[in-house]
Amino acid sequence: MRIVFKLPDQSQVDVDASEGQSLMRAAVDNGIPGILGDCGGQCACATCHIYIDQDWIGKIGPANLDSTENMMLEGAPVDIRSNSRLGCQIILNADCDGLIVQVPEGQ
Amino acid sequence: MEQVHAQQTDSLDALDVSHPSIYRDDRWRPLFSRLRAEDPVHYCPTSRTGPYWAITRYEDIIRVDTDPISFSSSYTRGGVTLDDRTSSQSFMQMDAPVHTAKRKKVTPIVAPNNLAQMESLIRERAARVLDGLPRNEEFNWVDKVSIELTSMMLATLFDFPVEERRQLVHWSDVITADLEDPKSPIRTEEERRNVLADFYRSMVEIWKRRQEEPPRFDIISILAHDPEMQKASLQEVTSVLGLFLVGGNDTTRNSMSGGVWGFSQFPDEWAKLRADPKLLENAVAEIIRFQTPVIYERRTATRDVEVGGKKIAEGDRVAMWYISGNRDEDVFQDAERLRVDRPNARQHIAFGMGPHRCIGSRLAEMQLRVLWEEVLARDLKIEVLAPPTYAFSNLVRSPVELPVRIKG
Repeated sequence: MRIVFKLPDQSQVDVDASEGQSLMRAAVDNGIPGILGDCGGQCACATCHIYIDQDWIGKIGPANLDSTENMMLEGAPVDIRSNSRLGCQIILNADCDGLIVQVPEGQ
Repeated sequence: MEQVHAQQTDSLDALDVSHPSIYRDDRWRPLFSRLRAEDPVHYCPTSRTGPYWAITRYEDIIRVDTDPISFSSSYTRGGVTLDDRTSSQSFMQMDAPVHTAKRKKVTPIVAPNNLAQMESLIRERAARVLDGLPRNEEFNWVDKVSIELTSMMLATLFDFPVEERRQLVHWSDVITADLEDPKSPIRTEEERRNVLADFYRSMVEIWKRRQEEPPRFDIISILAHDPEMQKASLQEVTSVLGLFLVGGNDTTRNSMSGGVWGFSQFPDEWAKLRADPKLLENAVAEIIRFQTPVIYERRTATRDVEVGGKKIAEGDRVAMWYISGNRDEDVFQDAERLRVDRPNARQHIAFGMGPHRCIGSRLAEMQLRVLWEEVLARDLKIEVLAPPTYAFSNLVRSPVELPVRIKG
């Protein structure tokens, strides 16, 4: 499936991802700048913070208020928005084909 | 004698990994491999700072570090070091939601945008320091390179006069000093308080000047212009500035020394990096794992909680031994080896994990990357003449002397 990463410099990178992979893994494997995934996907470092495109947030859903993900997002260096997620917590499925996400500036 | 020694080492129950001499003498490795294998969540009933739990496996450390509800950092419960140092009251020694809000205020100082602006300055300094090093004669790498570069960085972060940078190092050393250390710069807690009062007075003076000036990106200016911090207690202000002082000093300094020692033990890794400098980014993460400049951090259980099958009771001290997690063979194969192309080097826990993860990690990585880029650019041949000697500390793994010679 195809995932679109919009970068802070207005460019965009399309990557090939597979079902069952996390969004963080898809980004790291394709060298998307600004997505580091330092903790390897354990929701423990907030270095895979991304904004989900407004057209997609309904389908992907926001971070749960009481979740570890939300706690980690609150400590992320870049401001969080209502469409903020940690890439490692989004496991890609067939419905995610064409997903558009924005890499926050200054991450 | 031989027998007594054997008995002592056989008894796991009394094993205490918190004594600073273990790190000064660099004999922590077998102790932690034994704990990871035989008793990974280990209760130590007696130590010089009282009973505590030692968390030694990578997975269990992450479990504790990412559960701030069960494991508090708050100074009201004893803070983040085993000695119950309740006088340290920065956001690092607080829990959510206050921790989150206060931490957010200071992250811009070390945010990537600000870092990009600092890079050329850091490079220029690294170049100047390396070019000024003696050739074909012995010198102490720690003093001439690691302390020199990190203290200049501190001066920049504080916008402190760069020619007075060693004063910042002294204050940082006094904050972390262990009073039992024969080489400690201070002898009593009272002396520590007096020196820190000097630090505070000096900071307040700069603070007042910054308040009159437009906001800038140094730590003192950011705090001086923050309405919340203006209401903060003297204790908190000193603690936050102290946190930046120590965080920016006694960590990257140690990795700058540890990398040289690592490459000297594994020259083939240096050859690999020289042949393929693209590995540097990964090599920097690996150097930080290999060194692990902060040995442990403490939490306090807020309720009865189970970790690795052991029942930890509310109020118990819990020490996460990052130094041990970074040597966990289940995660890092051949963990004692520095491997510049280690595939999962970035997953080291030297910066901690969870909401208190080091905010200066990107700055640390940049400083190390620039230093090694400049060493590579000059193709310096650094010969280590003896293994490092380490500070008497259970908190920072801090090489004090690393005698080297550069072939010229």
